[in-house]
Amino acid sequence: MLRFIIYRILQAIPVLLVVISATFILIRMAPGGPFDAEKAVSPYVLEKLNERYNLNAPLPEQLFDYISGIIKGDFGPSFKFPTRSVTEMIATGLPITFELAFYAMLVALLIGITAGLVAAIRPNTAQDYVPMSVAMIGICMPSFLMGPILVLIFGIWLEWLPVSGWGYSAGDKILPAITLGSTYAAYIARLTRGGMLEVLSQDYIRTARAKGLPTRTIIFKHALKGGLLPVVSFLGPAIAGLLSGSFVVETIFQIPGLGRFYVQAAFNRDYTMIMGTTIFFSMLIIFFNLISDIIAAYLNPRIKLGGEG
Amino acid sequence: MLTSLRCVFIITLLSLLTAACGPMDNNVDTGTAGQILHLGNGSEPPSLDPHLSTAVNSSNIISTLLEGLVTPNPKTLEPEAGAAISWDISADLRTYTFHLNPDGHWSNGEPVEASDFVYAWHRLLMPELAAEYSYQLFVLENAEAFYKGDITDFNQVGVKAIDRLTLQVRLKAPTPYFLSLLSHASTFPVHPETVAAYGDIDDPGNLWTRAGNFVGNGPFILTEWALNRIVRVEKNSHYWDADTVALEEIRFYPIDNLGTEERMFRSKTLHLTVGVPEEKIARYAKDKPELINISPYLGTYFYRFNVNKAPFDDSRVRRALSMSIDRQQIVDAVTKGGQIPTYNLTPANTLGYTAKAAIPFDIPAARQLMAEAGYPQGKGFPVVELLYNTSEGHRKIAIAIQQMWKLALGVEIRLFNQDWKAFLETEKNGDFAIARGGWIGDYVDPNTFLDMFVSNGGNNRTGWSNQKYDQLIQQAGRTAGTDQRFEQFQQAEKILIDDSPIIPIYTYTAIYLKSTDVKGWYNNVLNAHPIKYVYLQRDD
Repeated sequence: MLRFIIYRILQAIPVLLVVISATFILIRMAPGGPFDAEKAVSPYVLEKLNERYNLNAPLPEQLFDYISGIIKGDFGPSFKFPTRSVTEMIATGLPITFELAFYAMLVALLIGITAGLVAAIRPNTAQDYVPMSVAMIGICMPSFLMGPILVLIFGIWLEWLPVSGWGYSAGDKILPAITLGSTYAAYIARLTRGGMLEVLSQDYIRTARAKGLPTRTIIFKHALKGGLLPVVSFLGPAIAGLLSGSFVVETIFQIPGLGRFYVQAAFNRDYTMIMGTTIFFSMLIIFFNLISDIIAAYLNPRIKLGGEG
Repeated sequence: MLTSLRCVFIITLLSLLTAACGPMDNNVDTGTAGQILHLGNGSEPPSLDPHLSTAVNSSNIISTLLEGLVTPNPKTLEPEAGAAISWDISADLRTYTFHLNPDGHWSNGEPVEASDFVYAWHRLLMPELAAEYSYQLFVLENAEAFYKGDITDFNQVGVKAIDRLTLQVRLKAPTPYFLSLLSHASTFPVHPETVAAYGDIDDPGNLWTRAGNFVGNGPFILTEWALNRIVRVEKNSHYWDADTVALEEIRFYPIDNLGTEERMFRSKTLHLTVGVPEEKIARYAKDKPELINISPYLGTYFYRFNVNKAPFDDSRVRRALSMSIDRQQIVDAVTKGGQIPTYNLTPANTLGYTAKAAIPFDIPAARQLMAEAGYPQGKGFPVVELLYNTSEGHRKIAIAIQQMWKLALGVEIRLFNQDWKAFLETEKNGDFAIARGGWIGDYVDPNTFLDMFVSNGGNNRTGWSNQKYDQLIQQAGRTAGTDQRFEQFQQAEKILIDDSPIIPIYTYTAIYLKSTDVKGWYNNVLNAHPIKYVYLQRDD
């Protein structure tokens, strides 16, 4: 197991280097620069700014300087927010995005697994069709539609929950978590149903039924562990998706998370901030995929780690 | 086991519901009771340093923390006493002597002195700081030369502390709008010791602007600046006119999305917004007119031609296109925000100036011009692109105009949009045929609009150049008498409109939502609202 983990971490290094170099070159190729503004900036000022941020050096040299900076833990200052360092901005936004992703995951698992189980117990009946149709809607409905609808109902009409903010009042985390989690809940519901149906059709379950065990025991004690395997392998990409895809929800609910910083940075051509966040998100995706592989291997002895099976 | 789990679940659910069903406190009710103003403030302010701020969202906050020599009257924008209680202007209109308020204090209790202004203006003009707004002070003697490095001795620049409370400013020419430049954040003072304490004077990364570090001379002090979350300012007891200040606290929320902002306003989270989603303007104007503000704004929406490229190197073609746009229909049917159709560049009644030159709306004459230029009924006219920065509003206007040109002149225009930064680069490189433009006046004077189109002006971007025009604008800058100056502007604007390097479309309006609790808030063309006069009160 340890060998597998070390192997995967070593594998991640070239991946990250490619991500860094590709992003670095791509953002320089994008038209428009960080200092373009509606009011013309005098060539003199522009020259000073380029000098300050080392933008006059040849591109390979800039890339080399940048990577040496990262190795020392220095992601540079933000171009758009001159008093903030990229590290500071990531440190501010990341915990919030993590928290949001965590609650969204809870919502997704709670709703998704429940709906999937309910559907799998009586397949091809109303008890199956209703939750699965709702799940289909959940997958199809984008969060920029779902969010405002939830806000309208629970925030503005019923006045039960705050429409925006993060950490100002008790309820302001509920709607964002539901909005972000619902799409994933829908996927999880369908995966759970599929996994459960497969397991429930197997011989050992038939044996359990023949022994006269109550359905509840069969489902929770015998079938669930195997039935949730597809969900577990989905979790890694899902968590990575929750983290990197939180931008829309953060915008709708006015949450100061990393997703908003990321998209703002792209629009502002804030080179250092784009680089910093991209590197961070890449690391997260690599990490969560690793974790999900490890858990899947633990749950399913048929999966061999290390690549030799 | 399962039953107890079920109990826990039900109890949790019930308690959540009861908690949720209680009436929620909202910011507007509690804020109005406690004089705490909650307002939307666009996107995150890039900087709170007056010398580095370039955006409205920054200067909204800075103008609560710092005060310039003069402050604008909230209704008329006439300069009134700020850090200076009075000022004398020499007979040649080139020397201003400001007498500072002896009661003026920094938020740490120290007195505000004339040398603080010299320090601040020196900083703004330092080439190493690379401040984009340094040109605001180029009206001072030798300021531009210092900024460009031609002279290195700041004593030669036209600003001097005569004594502790007297500041003398020497201009290179009579500048009738000089006082109104002084309400711009870039000319505000900074506290020298504080700037020095947190970094180099010319380092934009200087941390003096952080909450806890900031020392200001304005009506409020900075108490919190949480990235992408909130900026909070509280009443400054050291402010010389603290008795006038009614608000205890202001909370600025950086909200990128107008839809989110509108929902926050509707749920009483905000007293004020910066804008209104376009599709909701008509609805508010009809159903809740008391909540929506629509007032003239000192800005012009227009299109630029690239006059260096055929077919727009021919002024007949440019005029024909400009003459065939039904601007009234655009504001009535497309923008629907009370905008005013405009047929020239400078918004009407800018400091009493209204341009006499106007491009007519005359389709037959436009067709005639096109025929003369060799494109009868649009025949032989190349397919050209209309470039705009990505936005639903710009797109709708472009589609309407595309249609109008097709019907009136038989010309085909392709629409092309780019994200903001890409758009700016394309425009800067002159890689366009027609491009959307907009200009908001920096101060109330025709000059802020008309000096844009001098030859090779940084904001000209059309490639248009006219010697007579340049001369008139230059002369107006040196002319003292208002009538004579305005006459020079009239002549210049006539040249601009006759030659049509631009198509003026409409005069902007300031459109935002405002709770009826907000008082002491007046409409003016700069959409500037000196915060010390604002208070909160609920009508019964």
